[in-house]
Amino acid sequence: MITRFLLSNMDRRGFVFLALIAAIGLLVPLANLLLPAGSPFHVSTATMSLWGKYLCYALLAISLDLVWGYCGILSLGHGAFFALGGYAMGMYLMRQIGSRGVYGNPVLPDFMVFLNWGELPWYWYGFSSFPFAMLMVLVVPGLLAFVFGWFAFRSRVTGVYLSIITQALTYALLLAFFRNDMGFGGNNGLTDFKDILGFNVQAQGTRAALFAMTCVMLISGFLIARGIVSSKLGKVVIAIRDAESRTRFLGYRVDRFKLFVFTVSACMAGVAGALYVPQVGIINPSEFAPANSIETVIWVAVGGRGSLVGAALGAVVVNWAKTVFTSGFMAPYWLFALGALFVFVTLFMPKGILGTAQGWWESRKRPAPVPAPEPAPAE
Amino acid sequence: MNAPTPGALTSSLLYLDGVSVSFDGFKAIRGLSLTIEPGEMRAIIGPNGAGKTTMMDIITGKTRPDEGTVMFGGSVDLTRLDEAAIANLGIGRKFQKPTVFDFHTIEDNILLALKSKRSVLKTLFWQTESQQQKRIDEILGIIKLADKRERLAGSLSHGQKQWLEIGMLLAQDPKLLLVDEPAAGMTDGETAQTAVLLKEIARDHSVIVVEHDMGFIRELGVKVTVLHEGSVLAEGPLDQVSANERVVEVYLGR
Repeated sequence: MITRFLLSNMDRRGFVFLALIAAIGLLVPLANLLLPAGSPFHVSTATMSLWGKYLCYALLAISLDLVWGYCGILSLGHGAFFALGGYAMGMYLMRQIGSRGVYGNPVLPDFMVFLNWGELPWYWYGFSSFPFAMLMVLVVPGLLAFVFGWFAFRSRVTGVYLSIITQALTYALLLAFFRNDMGFGGNNGLTDFKDILGFNVQAQGTRAALFAMTCVMLISGFLIARGIVSSKLGKVVIAIRDAESRTRFLGYRVDRFKLFVFTVSACMAGVAGALYVPQVGIINPSEFAPANSIETVIWVAVGGRGSLVGAALGAVVVNWAKTVFTSGFMAPYWLFALGALFVFVTLFMPKGILGTAQGWWESRKRPAPVPAPEPAPAE
Repeated sequence: MNAPTPGALTSSLLYLDGVSVSFDGFKAIRGLSLTIEPGEMRAIIGPNGAGKTTMMDIITGKTRPDEGTVMFGGSVDLTRLDEAAIANLGIGRKFQKPTVFDFHTIEDNILLALKSKRSVLKTLFWQTESQQQKRIDEILGIIKLADKRERLAGSLSHGQKQWLEIGMLLAQDPKLLLVDEPAAGMTDGETAQTAVLLKEIARDHSVIVVEHDMGFIRELGVKVTVLHEGSVLAEGPLDQVSANERVVEVYLGR
């Protein structure tokens, strides 16, 4: 049943995407580890980590597309779930430092010693165990999304009001995590990681394994999201996006369907955050910044809202462009470029890169296309 | 067909008594009483602002009445339930403006409406059974859209959307159907076909039709209730109602 759930209705684009990510996940680590540094096909560890970061963003974009592109919930706070997953991973990595910290305390992370804390706060218990920490990567964002969604969707908060409170949610978390007495390292966050599962985080082999793992999780996330949107539940969710009250009069409990996709999406964002942290080497409260969540919305819009492959593509393209633009003489203009890109896509490519390319391809193949309905306004 | 359930307070399928609702002091419905028998088809007419749509909102759970009783199947108090619960009890609604899911194919629109378990898990692992597929094909035939099943509903004409929505109601297989102005914006030919379609449906469902078009109501040939300022002004066969002086005064505007 599960296999059928994951693989039924897979289109060609989906297969191409899966094959591509699988190939990258296999070949890039091999090219990094086996080829000599002088080889033209050698991939440097820095480049690999950079692309690993992009792929984490791609998973975050897929999770946002699931709620925004398919269910019409414009979440402007998805970065919060990403950051919470990242913090759960960061807490595990902090506990792995052990007595190798600056202060040499075997239990307490450095920042706690610095703050003269006597013992580990209760919510840090268990994070020395990898399975527990990984469970928390899913549970913490998922639970927050569930509780938040429970109240928001039952009270029928929709549209711009919902977007604003998701934005407020991530901003509230930003302020909370900045506080030293929260016990998450204040504005410095968590860093100076040493080991993951006994392997040195900085080592080339570990980096390669993390990259491969990111590809595996991206594939899994894509398959789950794909399974959801191509099931009947996916049709219900699209129906909710396009005509919420009609769906309700058909007998579907709209709030429960929204809650389901919102929670699944938050867990997915949490996993993306957890993979991001060891590759970047730090997690701090700036990950909760509202601007991050808004940028994620831009990636999805650029790539193609309502297409999972498009969302992933948008994340990679925009972030690659960001790297290029912010590292050269054009660095001061990046935000202008990002803004211009968003305006351009909204005006001229409302279906994003992928949707536009597809439309162009189809119009070449078939000169007289069936008139498509007007795209639903972004809620 | 619908035998009253044990403990039923009334044998009527739908029973409204003394229902009132006001919005910001404006009494949209005042002391409305109405009963629909199992298997009955009823036409409701009334000038704009008579409370026709508000009445439908109350029955389907969109609006809660300030006072009064709304009973379904003799024993279920509809004022305590939300839209989804009421829909699952077997009350279907067709809106004035055709509301279909534009980005789904015609077939998927019917599939979404098809009577089935509506829970999250059931829909996540849904497999359409051959019997259900047969029913979908049958409905597509009835509403004359079988050859367009793969097309997006958004590409249909206004009249075809109306039929698709009626088809969705058929798929829902409700005990009671509320139909708001099914002939609005249709050509004469389409209107006549819609009347045939509704009469077909009324053979094994109770139906309430709200309509302005007198010709259409004459074609249906059913009992008529006239609403005015939120309550019932007259009730009876169309000829009798249209001979009523008060009705002529408020509705026919003479």
